Amino acid sequence: MSLPFPDLGIEARRLPGALPAWHAELERDALRGVAEKARAQKARLVALWASDETPRGAGYVLHVALALRAGLAWLSVALEREHPRYPGIADIFPAASRMQRAAYDLLGVHAQANADQRKWLRHGAWPGGVFPLRKDFDAAARFDTGEDRYPFVRVEGEGVHEIPVGPVHAGTIEPGHFRFSIVGEKILRLEERLGYKHKGIEKRFEELSAEDGARLAGRVSGDSTVAYAWAYAMALEGACGVEVPARAAALRGVALELERIANHLGDLGYLGNDVALSFGFFQFWRLKEDLLRLQRELLGHRYLMDYVVPGGVARDLEAAGSERLREALAALEAEIAVLRAIYDEHAGAQDRFIMTGQVSPELAERLGLTGLAGRASGQAHDLRFDLPVPPYQDLAVRVAGHIRGDVAARVSVRFEELAESLRLIRALLERMPGGELRAPMPAPQPGRRGCGWIEGWRGDVFLALETAAEGRLHRVHPHDPSWQNWPALERAVLGNIVPDFPLINKSFNLSYSGQDL
Amino acid sequence: MYQILKQIAKTGLVSEPAPQPDEALRLGAQRLRETVLEHFGRSLAIRHVDAGSCNGCELEIHACNSPYYNLERLGVRFVASPRHADLLLVTGPVSRHMEEALRRTYDATPEPKLVVTIGDCGCSGGIFGESYASRGRVSNVIPVDVAVPGCPPEPAAIIQGILTAVSSASGRRSSPASR
Repeated sequence: MSLPFPDLGIEARRLPGALPAWHAELERDALRGVAEKARAQKARLVALWASDETPRGAGYVLHVALALRAGLAWLSVALEREHPRYPGIADIFPAASRMQRAAYDLLGVHAQANADQRKWLRHGAWPGGVFPLRKDFDAAARFDTGEDRYPFVRVEGEGVHEIPVGPVHAGTIEPGHFRFSIVGEKILRLEERLGYKHKGIEKRFEELSAEDGARLAGRVSGDSTVAYAWAYAMALEGACGVEVPARAAALRGVALELERIANHLGDLGYLGNDVALSFGFFQFWRLKEDLLRLQRELLGHRYLMDYVVPGGVARDLEAAGSERLREALAALEAEIAVLRAIYDEHAGAQDRFIMTGQVSPELAERLGLTGLAGRASGQAHDLRFDLPVPPYQDLAVRVAGHIRGDVAARVSVRFEELAESLRLIRALLERMPGGELRAPMPAPQPGRRGCGWIEGWRGDVFLALETAAEGRLHRVHPHDPSWQNWPALERAVLGNIVPDFPLINKSFNLSYSGQDL
Repeated sequence: MYQILKQIAKTGLVSEPAPQPDEALRLGAQRLRETVLEHFGRSLAIRHVDAGSCNGCELEIHACNSPYYNLERLGVRFVASPRHADLLLVTGPVSRHMEEALRRTYDATPEPKLVVTIGDCGCSGGIFGESYASRGRVSNVIPVDVAVPGCPPEPAAIIQGILTAVSSASGRRSSPASR
């Protein structure tokens, strides 16, 4: 028995795999004490979800994943079968609030003393009191899409009015509802309503084999397909006790950095577009398209979907391909340098970027802001540096960082991460180990836990799974960093003008699908 | 400004020829009269509706506006409201939570109108299928003229689907692609 978290007073068992992760069972009465101690040590809440263990003769279980200095702590709290409830932790970790509401909608586990008891993922697709992730839920059941009432918080006062936006937006973006309360052009309050894209991903995992689950994991949020597929593979490999060949790990690293580059290029183009610098859009999207085509040619798919598979990767990168990639990235680096100089010196663009949509480091720390948005607000967390798994352990990843927390800072972080990802890919290609591409995956034993945790381009993607009999999945919970960052967007826009909302929103570029599940 | 002009001159024109329509993508009979298609073929306004996708298809729809594909050059543009649209471009399996919004968007689009669905999920429900939360394929909810498979379909395939929808099944009329 190791004691990775000596100050928390918990006994934890190391989960197999390269990721420093431990699992511990907690008594319900101990949950808040542990959460408070962890918070005092600047732990972050990674995810909160629940599971149904009634077929095993138990009740329900609440799961909490915390990021501590030593690694990840996965805490499980057994709850009773009738009226499962637990003391909420949203006052300790504000990001827990929506996760607790979602856990109630899907499994009926109730967070006591949560200030916000409204539904979150449930709209009209199923009635209250029915919980789709319970094991006795009838998979063939269809409910009439009835009326969906949701009590938005109203802002009252002279001259205040509301602008409801969505779920169908004016641009090509995902659906969600934004309720602005404004006075003049100034935003007094923004309230998000998400869940429109809820398509039952977690329930779907339970109908699939562990092998097929990989494809679904890669489609939780399509723009982060490599990060999700890797997190899923890591979790399943841990649960099965499989070690990934060194070459496969290096190629996964290349794929993850390519995904980061492609998304950052696209975002930088749109950030230019949103401040009337359409030149930037066309230039960055030309560069992105060049990269997507090369990815398709060398690795089989423009977005690298299904490239990371349990046990390894789907395809090798031959020496000639490696050379092509190296040349293309060198050309890309030169082009980015030219465009960065243009962005940096463009008075119109900088005027819109600077001081717009600020999240202070204090607020970011309080809300648990993560990923690139966190790094733009002084939260220098990056799993590739903090808890490096192969192939990152010898790469000494340089973590981007700013403290202004405005759109300009989020633009700068993207530019810095582009440069770093280019360096990382070069380093990975230079010391590419030989060997196998894929370790054989045995059929998983039932009742095994595994978790994956990957620094995707948007932030840390977490995935926890537990296996069932006959190579199937008992429970899979994929967690998108957008859960943490959506609430911060509500705060970032305060005091800004409505026309700056699209710019601020784009500078975060959060996932709806990843959050709605 | 000098740097911008220099970069533009250095880049030059990168737009590629547009794909030709492909009748195999059409789901049913051509619904609109050829005279209507002739007008749509010259200037087509598209409203995109994400009805529950993983957001992969959206990446490729964005790419259609990149300089390589340059969709606007064909007279095709994305508009902010269904009331301004001739064609709905729909992605995703239709989540039950988006079903009503999709229907309302369809109803708000003036006749005559076309619907093109993008991606395996829109065509068949894809990996998400039908469930308590998903209605599956788009044609389970609104009529669909053209369905473009792929996960996600590449930009050229998306443009091909759009051009198929506005071209005539008899192949008589010229589509924007041939200009």
